[in-house]
Formats: sequence, C-alpha cells, structure tokens
Amino acid sequence: MSSQPLVEIRDLNFAYDNRAILKGINMSFPKGKLIAIMGLSGCGKTTLLRHIGGVLRPTKGYVKVDGKIIHELKQDELYEMRRKMGMLFQFGALFTDMSVFDNVAFQMREHTDLPEDIIHDLVLMKLHAVGLRGTHKLMPAELSGGMARRVALARTVALDPMLIMYDEPFAGLDPISLSVVGNLIRQLNDALGATSIVVTHDIQESLKIVDYVYFISDGAIIAEGTADEIRASVEPFVRQFVHGEIDGPIPFHYPGGNYQQDLNLRA
Amino acid sequence: MPISTSLKKVGHRVVNAVWRLGFASRFFALTLFYSGPSFRRFHLTIKEMFFSGVMSLIIILVAGMFVGMVLGLQGYETLKRYGSESALGSLVALSLVRELGPVLAALLFASRAGSAMTAEIGLMKATEQIAAMELMAVNPIARVVAPRFWAGVFSMPLLAALFSAMGVFGGYVVGVVLIGVDEGSFWSQMQSAVDFQHDVLNGVLKSFVFGLAVTAIALFEGYDAPPTAEGVSGATTRTVVESSLAILILDFILTALMFGGN
Repeated sequence: MSSQPLVEIRDLNFAYDNRAILKGINMSFPKGKLIAIMGLSGCGKTTLLRHIGGVLRPTKGYVKVDGKIIHELKQDELYEMRRKMGMLFQFGALFTDMSVFDNVAFQMREHTDLPEDIIHDLVLMKLHAVGLRGTHKLMPAELSGGMARRVALARTVALDPMLIMYDEPFAGLDPISLSVVGNLIRQLNDALGATSIVVTHDIQESLKIVDYVYFISDGAIIAEGTADEIRASVEPFVRQFVHGEIDGPIPFHYPGGNYQQDLNLRA
Repeated sequence: MPISTSLKKVGHRVVNAVWRLGFASRFFALTLFYSGPSFRRFHLTIKEMFFSGVMSLIIILVAGMFVGMVLGLQGYETLKRYGSESALGSLVALSLVRELGPVLAALLFASRAGSAMTAEIGLMKATEQIAAMELMAVNPIARVVAPRFWAGVFSMPLLAALFSAMGVFGGYVVGVVLIGVDEGSFWSQMQSAVDFQHDVLNGVLKSFVFGLAVTAIALFEGYDAPPTAEGVSGATTRTVVESSLAILILDFILTALMFGGN
C-alpha cells in the first residue's frame, strides 16, 4: 500500500451515550484502490463511513480526506468536500417521488448549470454504464432490488466522485445481481480513477474484487491484509468469518443467565 | 420511593418536552433561513402546492358545500322565529368567512395534507433518502422542507377562501332554491353585512396563521420521527392531534384580538 492515501484515519474514537462504538481505529486508503471494511452487523462499520462523510464527529482522533480534517471543516467546506464523494446506501435510498432519470440527474441539476440536453445525455450514459438505460422513465417502485441498487450506483457516480463509499452494497441481492453489482463496483472504480470503500459482510463476493481488507470487531481493527492473506489467515475470528462457522470467538449464544435456572430446573 | 420515581418521571417528561420545543424552534428558524431556493426555484414550491393544495381540493369543496347547506338549514330555522329569514345570507357568509372557513379548512388540511407531509418526510428519513441528500451536499431543509412549508402557507388561505365560497353556495342552494328565501334579500343583506377588511381580510389572516402552524408542525414531526414503522405512524398521529389543537387555540386568540373589542 505505497501510494499517497486519499483517506487517512488516525486514532478514531467515537462513543454514543457513553458506549464506545469505535476504539482507536487507524486506516489508510490509497488513491485508486478498492478497500473493504468487514465485520459483523453492529460492529461499527457504518459509523466509520459516517465519519468519513462528516455526518458524525469523532470523540477523539480524526479522519483526513484529500489532506483536510473532516470534522474541522465549516458547513460550506464540508458540502464542497461532499461534492467530491459519492455514497451508495444499503438499500439504494433512491428518491421515491422521482423517476429513475430524475434520480440520476438530481446532483447535476443541484450542483451544476449544465443545460437540460447535456444532462439528458449524461444521465443516459451513466445509466448505460450500469446496464439500465432502458429504465430511465420508470419510478423506483417499479424496479427490482438489484436494479434499484444499480440505479443508485449510477446516481452515486453521477458527478464522477474521487471517493465512493458503499454501505452494504450486496445486502438482499440474488446471486446474479450480486456478481453484477460487485463487478460494477470494481469497473467504476477503475474507469473513474476513484478510490472506493466497501463496507460489507459478504466475504466471498468482496474478496473477488477488493485490493485490501480491514476486519473490525467490537469497534477495533482485529485483522487486515490483501484478499489472499485474508483467505489464508489463521486468526480465529477471520477463519470463523470467512468460513461461516457457527461457533468460535463469536459465540452462538447471546450472554444470558444460567440455563437451568431460567427453566426453573433443580440441579 | 414510588413518589420520587413518579416525580422523576414527571421531571423527565418536562425536560423532554422543553428539549423538543427547542428542537422545533431551531428547525423552524432553519426552515426560514434556508427558504431562498423555494422562491428562486419556484417550480419546487409549485410542485408541492399541487400535492398539498390541489390534491386537497375535493375534500375542501365537498366539505364546504355541506357545511354551508347545514348553516342554511339551521340558520333558517332560528331566523324564522324572529321573522328575519332575509338575514340568512349575512349569517351564512359571516359565519363562514370569519370562523368556519378558516378553521374547518385548516382542520381538513391538517388531516389530509399535514399527515401526508409527516408520513412522506418520516419515510424519506427511514429509507435514508434524507441522509443520502445530505451526503450529496444538498441541504434537505432547503430542498425538501422549505418548499413544502411555503406551499402549505400559500395554499391554506386559498383553500379557506374556496371552502367559504362553496359554503355560501351551499347556503344559497338550501336557503333560496329549496326553502324559498327571497334571492334578492339573501345576496343584498350579505353584501351589506360583510365588510371586506374587517371580515374577509381577518379571515384570510387567520387561515394564513393556521397554514403556518399546520405545515410547521407536520414538517417537524416528520423530520423528527424515529426511522421505524411505529415512529412514522406515531408522528402522523401527533401531527393531526397537535395541529388540530393549535388551530383551535390560535383561533380563540386571533378572534379575541380581531373581534374581541367590538
């Protein structure tokens, strides 16, 4: 991981209601790379993305994007920075009162003075890139889950962002849509020369496309490495995660009282 | 122990209510502050006026017609006792323009358009549309909230006026066409009794204030709704309850200020 990092996270701590969510995270995302952040649901992955987008403020440490510390930016500067970022939400978050075309055109209309005929061509090109040019007149409710995710992807890259964040892009997709979305994430990253961060727990799909993986558990990094290093890892948590084993460092049972006592049985 | 627990609960509720009031005031101030785009890009506001105003037309017109018809019937019954049926026109028009038009139109607006606004914004939040907009560097208060706010504020007086007009027509149908009150005195009494500034403009002012209150409550409740099914349904209920109470309380205050001394 040699080239200049676009995103740098140093000693990032975040607590919500005195409950520590992130504990001293250090990460570095070099330009042009596709990096996955993995971990169980609720381990702090999405919270981490929200720090990069400047939605949350760290309790300690910082996130630096393109040389600027995000939580120190003023509102205008933060909005300026966000124009260079794109984020794909877990279920796409398409605007349900707008057509597919208007969804993809949204940022172009909000942030540029481009004439409508150029916006028209750009939107169709973005939709063509995700294979859904034919859907531009449809409303989001008329799309399948996988198609909605691809339209959201087209909207995310509408203004050619330098940094693209994906929050669980594979959640709830059928195997074909899963591969399609996975390949698109890789292709778009390389075609745009962008840097991408994929937060996911879909290990098999993401290991096929990413350059580097961070594993988070309980708010801290517990393993990191390239896809091959992760596959070969002997770290018990990573092994359990990669192979989907039922028991291991992550117990099957949620902590509770004595089983016999709960059932009112005598010893 | 139970007394201190219940005291704590009361205290907790009071503190929460004050916090919410603070959030609501801040939200309202931000809505006004970021209202620029609602006027610069007026088509955004027009689009919302279609949803909150035009789509409420049918219920407002039908309700106005029936309220006017009831007024015609009840008014005739009472006035007949004093032999002053010819004053039916002024009774119907004054009741509608001063009170029933603004108040009933606002109550209907709160339950039709206000609840829809709350549910829409609550669901936009629950499905991360608001968060997505914010991460696209588009201020959701400027883009989503403010156009809806101004659309509601502009639509309300127009709806109240249409409600009153339909009510007068309903009163005419019952009083003149069905019962047979003299048409000339119906209209001329109305014309001489209703003062434009004192009655009509005060009615418009009332509906403007109600529009402000209903849309502000509806939008805040939607924006503040917890992003769950229960959260959105609770917020929708709160919108209708709070708006209805606000309308009735504000109506008393405004009536006292406008007509109290006369």
